[in-house]
Amino acid sequence: MNDPVCREPVLRVDGLRKNYGALQAVKGITFEVCPNEIVGLLGLNGAGKTTTISMILGVLEPTAGSIRIGGTDLARNRTRALADTNFAAVYAPLPGNLTVYENLRVFALLYGVKNFEAHMTKLFAEFDIEKFRHVRCGVLSSGEQTRVGLAKAMLNKPRVLLLDEPTASIDPASARDIRHSICRFVRQTDVGVLWTSHNMYEVEEVCDRVLFLSHGEIILEGDPKKLPAQHGKKTLEELFISVAREPLAFGDLDT
Amino acid sequence: MRLSRLAAILLRQFYLYRGSAARAVPLFAWVAIDMMLWGFMTKFLGSITQSHYQFVPALLGAVLFWDFMSRVMQGVTISFFEDVWSRNFLNIFASPITVPEYIGGLMVSSVATSLIGVVVMVIIATVAFGLSFAVYGAMLIPFIFVLLLFGMALGIGAVALVLRLGPAAEWFVWPIPALLSPFAAVYYPVATLPVWMRWISHLLPPSYVFEGMRAVVSGQHFDTSRLAASVALALVYVLLAYWLFTWVFRYAVRTGLIARYSAESVT
Repeated sequence: MNDPVCREPVLRVDGLRKNYGALQAVKGITFEVCPNEIVGLLGLNGAGKTTTISMILGVLEPTAGSIRIGGTDLARNRTRALADTNFAAVYAPLPGNLTVYENLRVFALLYGVKNFEAHMTKLFAEFDIEKFRHVRCGVLSSGEQTRVGLAKAMLNKPRVLLLDEPTASIDPASARDIRHSICRFVRQTDVGVLWTSHNMYEVEEVCDRVLFLSHGEIILEGDPKKLPAQHGKKTLEELFISVAREPLAFGDLDT
Repeated sequence: MRLSRLAAILLRQFYLYRGSAARAVPLFAWVAIDMMLWGFMTKFLGSITQSHYQFVPALLGAVLFWDFMSRVMQGVTISFFEDVWSRNFLNIFASPITVPEYIGGLMVSSVATSLIGVVVMVIIATVAFGLSFAVYGAMLIPFIFVLLLFGMALGIGAVALVLRLGPAAEWFVWPIPALLSPFAAVYYPVATLPVWMRWISHLLPPSYVFEGMRAVVSGQHFDTSRLAASVALALVYVLLAYWLFTWVFRYAVRTGLIARYSAESVT
């Protein structure tokens, strides 16, 4: 697991640990995300996925370990590292009292986006949100808010994109459109994506690699299309359930 | 410090005020009512007393200055509360913005919104009640400067408190000006207060402003070194408030409070 997967990863997490008193939420995990790669971060609720994402976003200080974004150490140069990062999460919607345009304009300033109008026109077309330009985000449907959130996440052309259940509570048709938009963005840029999801069909479709997190540790890693067969399972979902129920059985099966 | 990030906070506030009468009207409505109320009160007091005491510049001026300081404080806190109310902490603090840029944005927003209230107050006080700012002379500038600084310090300190204790703690913030006003000697000389209150009064920069204001209006001597001391004291409060916010922010990042702010996990 510790062997480098590419020469210049956009995200390198090394020995990352987070303790809350006696509770070890994340236990010294190490992984990388390469350019043009989508890595799935899987695990039960409470496995440490969101804690890991919060630490990469700089809103939670690790107890130990390091995070490098595009070669920049997050702890030493937070501003520069975060200028190359962005995220979308269902629990962090954009302020509902501003319109789509206003929100994106404010975040463009925060991220120092140049040629904002031209860039935004592209994003509006990509996520089909032009018709909501002057609509307050709070009145949009879940799917529409997700698309606006993704437009914000891609505003600064990040090198690392963190997506925490980006299609949660969205209908299958909209979810598929969103997945296609994200995949197109990844192909067109050098972004590396860390994607959490409980939808194993989605993970199998979009992820190049998955990391199974259990009790704060990565216990399994590999290609989501090959992993189930390697462990005698028919589907990724079946493997997920086995890993969740018997994590110790997988603790030394790193691929 | 990158000004564009500071401008982002200011622009956000502009969009909010532009799109919401519920936010825009209170910028001037309450101070206008305050001016009317105290304006008539000073006229009445002037009519029933035989003394030559100048109620309009001493009392109405004091109300105007105190309202200005309160507006500055509220300008900082309201701008911060917008992030609390819209659960926007994660979006804001996962961006490259730094603490000085964020605090700077709150302060600039506060100056912009306070100015609107000041303009309305000045118009009412001068046109309707004949308040002339010429009576304060050059002292007007340090008076305003001290109140601006202290209002900023109160605002930053208050948002640090809310960041530490959670959204419900905003109810600690609103009464702060009212709690301080008896000690700040806004409407009466410090000498009126009992000794223990005077000690607190001496620690509050506005008390020097209001003492100075009354002295200037009455044509008495006012030691400018006391005003210089109040400027220094106000600067110390700004630095202390900034240090407090930075300390609370680091605590919030270390404990996960920023990431889970709306959960109100603090007891």
